[in-house]
Amino acid sequence: MIYAITIYGEPGVFEALPKERQDDVMSGHGALQDALKNRGAFVSMKLMPPTSAVMVEPARNDSAAPLIVDGPFAETKENFLGFYAADFKDLDEALEYAKMISSPIARLEVRPVAWAGGALSSD
Amino acid sequence: MSDWLDATFAEQRPRAIAALTRVFRDIDLAEEAFAEACVKALIVWGTDGAPRDPLAWLLTTARNAGLDHLRKSQRRAAILSRHSEEFQPLPAETPDPDELRDDVLRLLFICCHPELDRQDQIAVALRVILGLSVAEIASGFLVKPKTMEQRITRAKRKIAENPVAFETPTPQERGVRLSEVSLMIYLMFNEGWSTSSGPVQMKLTLCEEAIRLARLLVRLFPAMGEQSALLALLLLQHARRHARIDGDGKLVTLDDQDRSLWDRSNIAEAMALLQKAQRINHRGIYIIQATIAAAHASAATSEKTDWALIESHYAALYALQPTPVVRLNQIAAQAKLHGPRFAINALETLTEDLSTYRWFHAMRGGLLQEIGDHRAAIAAFETVLTLTPTAPERAAVTDKIAISQNELGHL
Repeated sequence: MIYAITIYGEPGVFEALPKERQDDVMSGHGALQDALKNRGAFVSMKLMPPTSAVMVEPARNDSAAPLIVDGPFAETKENFLGFYAADFKDLDEALEYAKMISSPIARLEVRPVAWAGGALSSD
Repeated sequence: MSDWLDATFAEQRPRAIAALTRVFRDIDLAEEAFAEACVKALIVWGTDGAPRDPLAWLLTTARNAGLDHLRKSQRRAAILSRHSEEFQPLPAETPDPDELRDDVLRLLFICCHPELDRQDQIAVALRVILGLSVAEIASGFLVKPKTMEQRITRAKRKIAENPVAFETPTPQERGVRLSEVSLMIYLMFNEGWSTSSGPVQMKLTLCEEAIRLARLLVRLFPAMGEQSALLALLLLQHARRHARIDGDGKLVTLDDQDRSLWDRSNIAEAMALLQKAQRINHRGIYIIQATIAAAHASAATSEKTDWALIESHYAALYALQPTPVVRLNQIAAQAKLHGPRFAINALETLTEDLSTYRWFHAMRGGLLQEIGDHRAAIAAFETVLTLTPTAPERAAVTDKIAISQNELGHL
């Protein structure tokens, strides 16, 4: 079963951490990426800050084009910052891997994926 | 653990101080109350864990702490007599985003108080809104902490003696405030990016904090093209920070920079913001400048730079901001398009306006060197040295003088 490990937090808090603490967080991500790489395909994404987002609202009726609105979703307290997705044996295994990137500044959600497709990487 | 909490406090500070300043109408009291709430949070969150909404928690705790202070202190009488009406209540649970938006804008605007000179406006914003220590700000401006302390105290007194309106701004006022505040952030970054004079070229703290403020504005006003473009512009310049100074501390011009040292993630974010801003409008001063910076950032090499696009955008910028400095930059682009002789002639028109602007003489020297007029080039570079360049600039200009002298020696 594919599980997505999604990351929520307040944008800006990571940037406000001292360098060593940022490195701690990033080393967790490095470890998780290496571990996932060793066991097969995975995707990981860090989203840009929500302020760079544009919203596409559903069209009011079938003939209209969807409405594009500038700006992200209104002030949600926690923002969706990024995610990992990989094929895990079961929920327990997915949770084991999620622990590698646990930190006080982010909340993680581990959720089964119903369907998936495509392959993408920027490096 | 406390590093994580410090980071959270730093992130909440602008909005918290802004809301508390509205409630108490006193910046010092707002700062004290927030500091107390943070101390309480260290204890409570340490044992119970952080609340789901740290801002609401901090605001409620700080408001109570501040009221407590007022009850005990003699300042109460003074503050109460200044504002006879009751204190405005804070939202009990979730703060209203619209209200917070106006609070932060109001606080930023208070820091841009017209009675203060630009440097003091910036210093107060760094101290009050971002919570930088006096020592950090002093090192940012290369002055002694004691001097900075006195300046900030004096500036805050001036603000207290000439209060700006605390009412919610009208849409027109909001527009005026936004552009005033944006300009302050832009100048803060400039001061960090190209120090007016002194031993170092860049004061990265100032640049980074200006970016933080620009980010805050974008978060508050996500649909304003100019504010997105301002953040994009700052990120695009900041991306080049590692390539601007070489190993010997010399300034490296754009043409000679190692582009692999440019920060790609800054550039990527800036491009996304700029594309978004361009959907909204095309003619703002920050949008045009960010478009120019983006043209540099997306050129793989100096030769591949789209100088025609850059020149036309400087022309558009000149229409909005007809200043000699904008014109100088336009001529720099024209030099690439039409050659150095064309540019040297064009510079004639600026001789009077920019006689004390060191970049004018540096550019003119470079162009004269290109056409082989080394005597005139040396004279231009020597003028730069009399106009208090920073140490890295001095080193780069001295090198250029040596090159021209060497050329003359061979004749």
